[in-house]
Amino acid sequence: MNITAYVVLSGILFTIGCVGVLTRRNAIVVFMCVELMLNASNLALVAFAKQHGNLDGQIAAFFVMVVAAAEVVVGLAIIMTIFRTRRSASVDDASLLKY
Amino acid sequence: MIALNGGGGIPVVDPTSADGVFGLLWLIIALPLAGAAILLVGGKYTDKWGHLLGTLMPIGSFVLSVVMFATLLGRSEEDRQVSQHLYTWFEVGHLDVGMDLLYDPLSALFLLLITGVGSLIHVYSIGYMAHDPRRRRFFGYLNLFVAAMLMLVLAENYLGLFLGWEGVGLASYLLISFWQHKPSAAAAGKKAFVINRVGDMGLSLAIMMFFVLFGSTSFTVISENVANASETQLTILGLLLLVGACGKSAQFPLQAWLLDAMEGPTPVSALIHAATMVTAGVYLIVRSNFVFELAPHAQTAVVVVAVISIFWGAWIGCAKDDIKKALAGSTMSQIGYMMLAAGLGVAGYAFAIFHLLMHGFFKANMFLGAGSVMHGMDDDVDMRHYGMVRKAMPITYVTFAAGYLAIIGFPGFSGFWSKDKIIETALADNWIVGLCALLGAGVTGFYMTRMMLMTFFGEKRWEKDVHPHESPSVMTVPLIALAALSVVGGVFIVNDWIVEFLAPVTGVAEHHEPPIPALAVSALAVAVVAVGVWLAWVLIGKREVPREAPQDVSFVTRAGREEVYGNLINDTLVVNPGRRAVAGSLVLDEKVVDGVLTGGPMAVGGLASVGRRVQNGYVRSYALSLLAGALIVTLALLAVNLA
Amino acid sequence: MNDFPWLTVLIAVPLVGALVTAFLPKAPGSVLPKQVALGFSLLTLAVGVAIAAQYDTGDGMQMTETHTWIEAFGVHYALGVDGLGLLLILLTVFLVPVVFVASWNEADGNNVPAFFAWALALEAFGLCVFAATDVFLFYVVFEATLIPAYFLIGGFGREGRSFAALKFLMYQLGGGLVLLAAVIGLYVVSADAGSPSYLLSDLQNVEMSTTWERWLFVGFMIAFAVKAPLFPLHTWLADTTEKATPGTSVLLVCVLDKIGTFGMLRFCLGLFPEASQWATPVVVTLALISIVYGAFLAIGQDDILRLIGLTSLSHFGFITLGIFAFSSQGASGSILYMVNHGIGTAALFLIAGYLIRRKGTSLISEISGVQNRAPVLAGLFLVAGLATLGLPGLSQFVSEILVMIAAFDYHWWVGVVAVTGIVLAAIYVLWLYQRTMTGPPVAGDEGMKDLNRRELVAVVPLMLALVLFGFYPMPLLDAANPTVDTLLEHVGVSDDAPSVPAADHAEEGEH
Repeated sequence: MNITAYVVLSGILFTIGCVGVLTRRNAIVVFMCVELMLNASNLALVAFAKQHGNLDGQIAAFFVMVVAAAEVVVGLAIIMTIFRTRRSASVDDASLLKY
Repeated sequence: MIALNGGGGIPVVDPTSADGVFGLLWLIIALPLAGAAILLVGGKYTDKWGHLLGTLMPIGSFVLSVVMFATLLGRSEEDRQVSQHLYTWFEVGHLDVGMDLLYDPLSALFLLLITGVGSLIHVYSIGYMAHDPRRRRFFGYLNLFVAAMLMLVLAENYLGLFLGWEGVGLASYLLISFWQHKPSAAAAGKKAFVINRVGDMGLSLAIMMFFVLFGSTSFTVISENVANASETQLTILGLLLLVGACGKSAQFPLQAWLLDAMEGPTPVSALIHAATMVTAGVYLIVRSNFVFELAPHAQTAVVVVAVISIFWGAWIGCAKDDIKKALAGSTMSQIGYMMLAAGLGVAGYAFAIFHLLMHGFFKANMFLGAGSVMHGMDDDVDMRHYGMVRKAMPITYVTFAAGYLAIIGFPGFSGFWSKDKIIETALADNWIVGLCALLGAGVTGFYMTRMMLMTFFGEKRWEKDVHPHESPSVMTVPLIALAALSVVGGVFIVNDWIVEFLAPVTGVAEHHEPPIPALAVSALAVAVVAVGVWLAWVLIGKREVPREAPQDVSFVTRAGREEVYGNLINDTLVVNPGRRAVAGSLVLDEKVVDGVLTGGPMAVGGLASVGRRVQNGYVRSYALSLLAGALIVTLALLAVNLA
Repeated sequence: MNDFPWLTVLIAVPLVGALVTAFLPKAPGSVLPKQVALGFSLLTLAVGVAIAAQYDTGDGMQMTETHTWIEAFGVHYALGVDGLGLLLILLTVFLVPVVFVASWNEADGNNVPAFFAWALALEAFGLCVFAATDVFLFYVVFEATLIPAYFLIGGFGREGRSFAALKFLMYQLGGGLVLLAAVIGLYVVSADAGSPSYLLSDLQNVEMSTTWERWLFVGFMIAFAVKAPLFPLHTWLADTTEKATPGTSVLLVCVLDKIGTFGMLRFCLGLFPEASQWATPVVVTLALISIVYGAFLAIGQDDILRLIGLTSLSHFGFITLGIFAFSSQGASGSILYMVNHGIGTAALFLIAGYLIRRKGTSLISEISGVQNRAPVLAGLFLVAGLATLGLPGLSQFVSEILVMIAAFDYHWWVGVVAVTGIVLAAIYVLWLYQRTMTGPPVAGDEGMKDLNRRELVAVVPLMLALVLFGFYPMPLLDAANPTVDTLLEHVGVSDDAPSVPAADHAEEGEH
């Protein structure tokens, strides 16, 4: 089977996520874009697994999902705390940790 | 018969161990040293009786010196060198330096001079310093000086001599700047010490060289082996010793400190800067005769330095209006005579010491006289403010006159005999040197007469409210004693006694027939001095002395007043380049040495403070750099794989 | 010899003292920490004296203790003293109580227990350095001394002290790093030769190639040249002495810096004799530059404490010169110089400290005429100054003349350059004295008091030592000479015989 379409879609999704992370200020949106990138890579992993005819890629995709879930838990908690203390969800406002 | 070393006619130092009364040699030094320690450590608790204790100590040493001198005279000639080993000072490898004392005719005469004149000056100081709140300290320093000077002349090795040498330097420093609240006095003390230290470099190097050559610094060892050293080595040694002697004895070119040293109280000038310490250079050369006798070039250098110093000092003496500075110039000049005699070798050593002793008497006498005059004139030192002091201070006048007649060499007075012998020996050695010595005697006659006329004769030119009065007897008695010695000191030369007495140290000269008969030389010397005196009478005695020093004077006078530009020369050649070197080192250290070593870490720090700006706190920029990094890695992988 | 671990006790006493003092309450005005610290330092002094009493001059390393520490690397906890170590140990145990008495109020208003505790810790590490006979142990305590020193400089003293402390630390760590590399190199050499061992006695017998020996020598020498200090690695010195308290400066310059010259004698000459001789021309040149350059810098200073610090640069030049002149006079003179410099410079620093406390400034240009108000202070300062300029009769002279004799023996021009030091020393000491102590009384100084009893108690022992060792240095030389003889024999040099042959005694009778 030809997986070109899946890989191209994965690339497009990844690029969208990447641009989103770099340009958006709202922490929630940035977070969603990160998820988009993760899912893009999941898609690529599954597609290549199908092509190779083994389950390695699918297992890797499961790992990514688990890590992403954990990340969401921690990440959302941090965003919530920041929002509570600063009344803002902008990533640029939380820039105190610098030189 | 006295043992002579291989080369010159110089006896080997070969002392016997001290016994009998000589076992007390150490006590001669210990007495004044104990005095100094008690007075300086005891502090204000000794204020009441400190000056009495301080005077008793050198008197005690004097008594011991006289007893030992008498005992020495009772011994046969070859037994007249005695040494006492006190303890080992330090010992490393084959360098073994003992605290050893050597008592021989040369030390014996110095002991008498130092303790005798020293005691008189201590007595005089009781009166002179009576109103000084720090009198006790003054006596402490004086005792320290006497102890150090005695160590200098009693030491059996060069390091012991150096101990005394530096000790007298220290005492001189302390006493010159005794009135330390005067900035000029403090500066003068430091200047004396530093210039002396320049001379000490020479002496230190000589000591090092003695050790390297002979493995010892003891007179005994060196005098025994000196004949085996090469002439070049000995010439270098002689020149180094001469540098040391120049520093201590204020000879050209290290003379600049002596005039400033007059900032000290007058008894100090009399004892240290006229009678004893400044003659230590002459002692050093006579003591090191075993070196100089085998190094004729070094002897020539001594003579040259001496002749320059005779005129340099005399020039200053002719021009200065400050009575003490004029006397200081004269001291430099007279020490020049001693150095000259010492430079003439075996024939001259005894006369150098003879003149040294006589000078000790008459110059101490005149300094104390000058002190007495200053005492009466409210501490004014300018001779232009004196005049006719003779009436007010008769005893001072008479004693000063005795010293005056002695120094100019009036027939029969002590200076006549001693200077005459030096001129005679110089003429026999080299007629140019002899003529210089003769001419110097004439100049001496001039400047001393000038001083005499300006101080004791002529019109009164006193400041208002100055009422000269004779000094108390505690001051005049030492004056009288010294004046008596100045008059009769010539007895030492009767039958060439001093020459024969010193022979175990200085050797015996082969008798040369002088080119001119001795009597003719004497007559010539007297005639030259008479011209000098007459000139002074014409130029000063017959004219009115202005109260202010005239400014429109010849170059010669101006140079004399400026101490023949000695300070200017030092400043130009040494002090100013030195200052620049110091300033340069400071810049070098801060900018270059520290700059390079501390600069490296500093540069790292600076770079870091620029680099840390990258950490700006914006998550998005971190993400961007992450992306860039990932891209670069990916591209690199591709490039490697595809290549 | 008994087996009582004297040296371990010597090191343990101040270390325990430091711990005890550190945990005492730091209530303001409390004298308890001071008293406890002084007590411990006096106890250490007593132990030091007991060691000296048992020491047998001329018997090599004594009171040795050896315990295996890290077997794989051949590291031991090994202690022992010879004449060199003994003299420096005595100097240390003597100076610490003196510093405590003199600095009694120095840390007031600050963390008093900390000052005394760090000082005791410094003493303990310093003593261990002088007693260590294992190179690794030496290295460890060598670096460990930096910790208390850093806190003493950075925590107590004047404005700008933290930068001075940092500079001090950077220099010392830099030197220490090079030393570490050399110590590791030593392991390699020793392991190649058989079983690895860091014991001095083993290392002295290890054969190593010329290249190795030279590289290792350079590593050790750089570390010691920073410590000593030697031109051009000296620039931390003046900054440190300027900013630290005078008491700290005494501990640093008079005790800690001696590790540098101590190390040169014990390790550079002891382990790398051929390389030491190979490097002599360079080291001697640097020593001469240090002598003259240090004196020039001292003359130009306007800060008393900087000035005193820089005089030490000149003196360390003399010490190094003596060590590398390779003669018994030079080496014994250097050991003597270390002790005498310690005493003399300590006196200068402490008395200058008294003066600065009274005047509130250390700038020479702002101090004048002190003699009028405080003659005892001025007098003692002068005595210490005269010792520093090498006046015969005070202790430093003997060591200085020994070093200069050795220098002259090494090469005449080296002696000529070194001897200029005596003139320059006279200038910096006497000019300092002239500017600060003499002159008319200054308005505003009326209330200035002369030294009180406590201040006198601190410096009088130093003065007595200066005079005693000036006239009778033999006790010190008796300890130093045998050590030097052994060392020079190991290096393989012997003193030059007098170059002029002695007179033929058979002939003498004919004279």
